Amino acid sequence: MQALTRKQLIDKAVSLLDSNTVSAVLGWKRGEFDYDITPAVFTSADELNREFIWNDFCGANFSKYLVSKTDRLEGKLLVFLKPCDTYSFNQLLTEHRFDREKVYAVGIPCNGMADIDKIKKITGDGISKITDNGDNLIVETLYGDAPVEIDKADVLAERCINCKSKKHVAYDELLGEDGEVISSNRFDEVEKLEKMTPDERYAFWQNELSRCIRCNACRDVCPACTCEKCVFNNPASGAESKAPSSSFEEKMFHIIRAFHVAGRCTDCGECSRVCPQNIPLHLLNRKFIKDINCFYGEYQAGAEVGSRAPLVDYTTDDIEPCDVFNGRDTDA
Amino acid sequence: MQMNNYKPLIVAFCCNWCSYAGADLAGNNRLSYPADVKIIRVPCSCRVNPMFVLRAFQRGADGVIICGCHPGDCHYTSGNYYTRRRMALLFSMLDYLGIEKERTRVEWVSAAEGAKFAATMNDFAETVAKLGENKRLEDLRCKR
Repeated sequence: MQALTRKQLIDKAVSLLDSNTVSAVLGWKRGEFDYDITPAVFTSADELNREFIWNDFCGANFSKYLVSKTDRLEGKLLVFLKPCDTYSFNQLLTEHRFDREKVYAVGIPCNGMADIDKIKKITGDGISKITDNGDNLIVETLYGDAPVEIDKADVLAERCINCKSKKHVAYDELLGEDGEVISSNRFDEVEKLEKMTPDERYAFWQNELSRCIRCNACRDVCPACTCEKCVFNNPASGAESKAPSSSFEEKMFHIIRAFHVAGRCTDCGECSRVCPQNIPLHLLNRKFIKDINCFYGEYQAGAEVGSRAPLVDYTTDDIEPCDVFNGRDTDA
Repeated sequence: MQMNNYKPLIVAFCCNWCSYAGADLAGNNRLSYPADVKIIRVPCSCRVNPMFVLRAFQRGADGVIICGCHPGDCHYTSGNYYTRRRMALLFSMLDYLGIEKERTRVEWVSAAEGAKFAATMNDFAETVAKLGENKRLEDLRCKR
């Protein structure tokens, strides 16, 4: 159960709209189904009461939307930020991607989001309705079977199981209570892969990455990936219409995508959430984060505004590339 | 394919100010290194984008080596420090994806180290030759 109710969020939004503190609200609304909640901009109390949603499927990280949504907006935009979203918020501020003055950030606590794919594994496809009764989700399907009751803890999204922080690092106002930074086991999966032989790792990634359909959803959603002019936005580049034609391309795309955000990735896990093929893309990003922590000192992107990313910094006694593998005999 | 005829294709990115001059010196001193080492001159080793390395593999390279000035001696003061961080992360990532870690290397070669340049290339070519053809990062469309 989320700590705040939908009504509390709407009341907050309406009072800020009424006092003219903000002129629009960035929130969630229902998509085609109960579980594909999409971001939306609301401008009136009426709209909010009709369409605003807050439930266990509101996973979308709003930070990136601020770049385009505040651009031509008159007045301020109210945005609801979960703790992990605030890291991306800070990171984007560090990179001067939006105007802080045009945003009114309201921090909201988050108890973890549900992963629809985990639910589908239990109930099968054809979910018609999902209702929330506190600790459980009640899932009904098209086929008229008895509704299935699922414990939320069983279908928690991967990124929420390994939640790194319940603490908001940026906000104008906080609803509910602030939490603490958590020491999670988020690198366990990466370590497991590192312990495999190169052949096993190659087989693992070949299997995962070959499923990529080049939909670019991971790029579109990534809050660290906000260039206005990107090769993938240029219809003339042909990148949009490219069919997956060689296993090399998927590898190159994902290595380069992860490298582009290395040192700036806050590990929000959006890439893995949106991947229609369920490729564990966060494992690539976490590998970079783990290496950076290990070689250049602990660094959490977005923990504070204005921090210097490890890849645009150096010390004169950094590790040599040939020493990276020392003390880790991968061929054994 | 017969292994004894196999010659690896190696792409060496050499910085204009140190390593390229080092290669020149190796040539002037009649030091031999494998003819399959293709040198690409770059203004500074930090000019080498991770994409260049992948692109070289795509186009059929069996090994990629990046040579630059010794840390502290960069013509542009700090370029090779950035190279060092970038390539450490990139090589670690390639290894993570299961690509043989011996196929990539960074070496610091100054303009006075012609002998080191030749020795490095000989050693690297030998290492890569033992691994054989680059199969894990190849693009079949780019095969001749």
